[in-house]
Amino acid sequence: MRSIGKSFRKKDAMALVTGKPVYTGDMIDKNALVVKILHSPHANAVIEDIDISAAMKVTGIEAVYTYEDVPQNRFTMAGQTYPEPSPHDRLLLDRHVRFNGDAVAIVAGENVKAVDKALKLIKVKYKVLPAVLDFRSAKDNPILVHPEEDWEAMCPVGADNRRNLCAREEDGYGDIESVLQSCDVVLERTYHTKANSQAMMETFRTYTYLDTYGRLNILSSTQIVFHIRRIVAHALDIPKSKIRVVKPRIGGGFGAKQTCVTEIFPAFVTWKTGKSAYIEFDRQESQISGSPRHEMEMYVRIGAMKDGRIRGIDLYTLSNTGAYGEHGPTTVGLTGHKSIPLYHRYQEAYRFSYDVVYTNLQAAGAYRGYGATQGLFAIESIVNELAAHLKIDPVELRNMNLIQEGDVSRAYYSEPCNSCTLDRCLRSTAERIKWNEKYPSRDMGNGKIRSVGVAMAMQGSSISNCDVGGATIKLNDDGFYVLNVGAADMGTGSDTVLAQIASEVLECNYDNVVVFSADTDTSPYDSGSYASSTTYLTGKAVEQACIRLRESIQNIGAELLKCDVDVTEFDGEYVYCLEEEGEGVSLKDIATASMFNNGYETQFTSSARSSVSPPPYMTGMVEIELDKETGEVRVLGYEATVDCGTVINPNLARLQTEGGIAQGIGMALYEDITYDSLGGIRENSLIQYKIPTRQDVGRINVEFEASYEPTGPFGAKSIGEVVINTPSPAIVHAVYNATGAWIRELPVTPEKILKAFEDGQHI
Amino acid sequence: MLRIKKYVKVSDIDEAYELNQKKRNIIIGGMHWLKMGDRQVNTAIDLSDLGLDTIEETEDFFEIGCMTTLRQLEQHGGLDRYTGGAVKEAVKNIVGVQFRNTATVGGSFYGRYGFSDVLTAFMAMDTYVVCHNAGIVNIKEFSARKPDRDIIVKIIVKKTKLDMAYMAQRHARTDFPVLTCAVSFWAGVWHAAVGARPAKAEVVLGEYLDCGRDISEEDAEKFGEYVASRMSFGSNMRGSAEYRKKIASVLVKRAMLEAGRKR
Amino acid sequence: MKLDFILNGKKVSSDIEADSMLLDVVRDMGCLSVKRGCDSSSCGLCTVFVDDMPVLSCSVIAARVEGKCVTTLEGLQKEAVEFGAFIADQGAEQCGFCNPGLIMNAIAMLRENPDPTDEEILSYLTGNLCRCSGYEGQLRGIKSYLEFKKVKKGGNADA
Repeated sequence: MRSIGKSFRKKDAMALVTGKPVYTGDMIDKNALVVKILHSPHANAVIEDIDISAAMKVTGIEAVYTYEDVPQNRFTMAGQTYPEPSPHDRLLLDRHVRFNGDAVAIVAGENVKAVDKALKLIKVKYKVLPAVLDFRSAKDNPILVHPEEDWEAMCPVGADNRRNLCAREEDGYGDIESVLQSCDVVLERTYHTKANSQAMMETFRTYTYLDTYGRLNILSSTQIVFHIRRIVAHALDIPKSKIRVVKPRIGGGFGAKQTCVTEIFPAFVTWKTGKSAYIEFDRQESQISGSPRHEMEMYVRIGAMKDGRIRGIDLYTLSNTGAYGEHGPTTVGLTGHKSIPLYHRYQEAYRFSYDVVYTNLQAAGAYRGYGATQGLFAIESIVNELAAHLKIDPVELRNMNLIQEGDVSRAYYSEPCNSCTLDRCLRSTAERIKWNEKYPSRDMGNGKIRSVGVAMAMQGSSISNCDVGGATIKLNDDGFYVLNVGAADMGTGSDTVLAQIASEVLECNYDNVVVFSADTDTSPYDSGSYASSTTYLTGKAVEQACIRLRESIQNIGAELLKCDVDVTEFDGEYVYCLEEEGEGVSLKDIATASMFNNGYETQFTSSARSSVSPPPYMTGMVEIELDKETGEVRVLGYEATVDCGTVINPNLARLQTEGGIAQGIGMALYEDITYDSLGGIRENSLIQYKIPTRQDVGRINVEFEASYEPTGPFGAKSIGEVVINTPSPAIVHAVYNATGAWIRELPVTPEKILKAFEDGQHI
Repeated sequence: MLRIKKYVKVSDIDEAYELNQKKRNIIIGGMHWLKMGDRQVNTAIDLSDLGLDTIEETEDFFEIGCMTTLRQLEQHGGLDRYTGGAVKEAVKNIVGVQFRNTATVGGSFYGRYGFSDVLTAFMAMDTYVVCHNAGIVNIKEFSARKPDRDIIVKIIVKKTKLDMAYMAQRHARTDFPVLTCAVSFWAGVWHAAVGARPAKAEVVLGEYLDCGRDISEEDAEKFGEYVASRMSFGSNMRGSAEYRKKIASVLVKRAMLEAGRKR
Repeated sequence: MKLDFILNGKKVSSDIEADSMLLDVVRDMGCLSVKRGCDSSSCGLCTVFVDDMPVLSCSVIAARVEGKCVTTLEGLQKEAVEFGAFIADQGAEQCGFCNPGLIMNAIAMLRENPDPTDEEILSYLTGNLCRCSGYEGQLRGIKSYLEFKKVKKGGNADA
């Protein structure tokens, strides 16, 4: 292989390490209006009166907009393919504010000071309503989060605003009740995960302006340029043709920027005033009015035989979508469909049911793992509890039950498992961490105890029968190529990975491929960078486009060589005529000829779709040191093995994995979202919402057990999301192995550990 | 958002004191906490030019200027030797090097913050706060006073023969502490300062102990329980009163054993 | 008010307000490598040097740097290229948003301590948060840079 499997530097690496101005906030016109939002201090209220006269008098204030000024089109901010599964339940500004942090007014002015002053001078009289703050009592609560008549579910997801339901469904196979009845052991547990924040280093930022043609240009830190165009057009009630969306470099997304969090506000200001505008959510706004992970509570039953055969899993998930339904109906599906299939071998039946409820809390969104993270916390934890109950080594129990290549899992939409090395991942990880020596724990004799824990994970690669990957490849002078994609590299290195795929097909140097992304006017349509789709699906589109360009290069070469194209060959540098001796014609000459009286196309666009979503698999094992007297936990080391199909860029795949594990460690140990009595988020800064520092994650070591996925480009599957899923269950398991206590609610704080330990909360 | 109308770099402390008597004027230290408040300030008073950013060590005491940074505390060899590394231990997890390069000792004392590692550590030593108007005030007395319009000029630590250890519990490494604890033996008595309860540090003395500095594991365990029983604990986002009380006795025990092992 | 200081080696003058923060002032003057990440002194993205000492520019009142030398990554391009290449070789720059602050602080660390242990690296840089990399790749990059410096130094000695 020329490029596949090589650790090329990221295309943008040197610009980033030298601090070049390549992000949204670095590219704004200094005269752009500063846009800020007045946020609701109430969880549920109706605006009775809003007086902006004093605010408008502040020097430098351009405009103040309230619910009276905006179009009355309900929409969803979720970056999903139309018609979106997320209900259309929002207005740009609504008279009814539904969470503490909801948008009340938009203020635009010449500078930050003026805008801050104006924000304070807006007088709002609220009629404060009782609020739904507990998601366990949201369903059929007499208080309705969305009582409005024009609320609309675009897809049949079981949504019903009269019941506070954003979605509900029941799915299954076999007779779960009778299978569980005939099992030797049935465990029944409830697990709870919180509304984690993505906490990408660059908060939400958008810059808007009108161009030469009077079109609304949106430069935004987003994963989804095409969805943004559609959402903004809908929210502003203007034609899509009037909008262009471009994304520069993105300072991290992790799913947060798969939702249209800020774009609509400056877009509205620019459209109304004709002036350029910029919004930068500060960290507090990003924490309280962003798009975090869905809080979920999962009730699981698992049935097994004494020898460890797992025969049935029953999962009910209650998901809290908050005040609006972004990604509510879809994230929940992954809790079951990306967890239950792992235990395929002896599975006779499963049931997976869920309710997704509205509450008067911050609306949730998409965060790496997208429901699989929550579901796997529950399923992996109960499997560890089962192993302890059956007194079987949890690695052995998994080995006995796991899904293998060739299996067809009903719980995974009956898709055939074409590529899977999960068994090898498990073995390799266990060997490297020295599981047999370290399991379950060792007393270090100083009040400290060291223990290990294990978990497995899966995810998908793109949304089957829905996502579209798009790529355009173009031949230029001297024979260099421009690859244009609508997918968004958010720091992952996807531009680089896609260039590697192109250079592999075109048999050229990696440096010979220039990458551009993403511009709705010029890039080919792509659903966007989410659902672990870019390498797998956009990569496939790149492969297809490059194959077509090769053919065209050969055609031009054949014409120059004056021979039949069927007897030519292209090796990336020259097109040869197989019937004649000689040097052939160089790519450079072909490129030159392509610009002189040429009739062959030199630019090809391909779209890719997939009827399957091949899962990447992973095993993670953690070693912790736990203080028996204080409950304090330190992660010492983390061993992980990933099957992402063919590893296209080992460095970048490793970085994805290490980064995902670190985020997972944060979720497991530190990152909490709690609310005050008014539904306000207490963890509203990076002081209170603690993401791990480099002293908190221990030493992470990642290896790969490559499989070959026949439907992916060069055998590749995805990697971006699966990597966040193992730390929570693995760490909870290690805590059990140290203390005999199970913690079933995240994060696992020292206080919870000590309490569980002392209460003798054993199985 | 913090708004400041006027910035004055004073040329002597009297000028600063005079300016500081006005209600909406304020002395600025490292500004890390000040900046986060929503506050209108008329005059921000900067003491940067007064040469108060040094640590002087004599045979009998340390004199620490109010503009000395936490990073200077961390790197001062004399303080490190005198406290057996306890001061370094107390400040090393405060956010990061860049933060400690500007956060000041004066600011840490003036704020009497509940979460303060610095206050906890100095409460366990023979420390005095030199205020411009009130003069030399014992740290315990200082800490008990409400923040007023006086100016902290410097901190004096008497070099009474000392054995000391510092411990704190945090969730993530640079988080606010769940509990802070400094245990020391000087003037023939064991001292335990416990902070972040979440209230600010207070000191309990082990006067009942007649074993001197040579303590047994059992002495330490009992002292831990004794200290925890004589202090009040509260709850906040980082832990409950009950949990704090439990780990207070553990940390005091451990710090006492560590201090006892030193020398 | 008028502020005179040295920015990346050049004498500059800026019209500021009493509450202007250094972060905003240097960004206004075109030093866009300096990023805003938290406004609560928590993330390290806004790290600059004031008289060669790394500080968080989001909480330094600009008036305070009168007459002082302020350095941003724009003024350390040679070091950024040399050192940053080792981060890039790991793919550890990822989204890149934390990189300028990290690289500034790493340069400060190496000036103070040219041969740090792993533990010292993690401790010195702990105030520089990164949400992408998991930190492991950054550590590998820093260590390979240190190796490179050692070999280079050894090579010079031989010659």
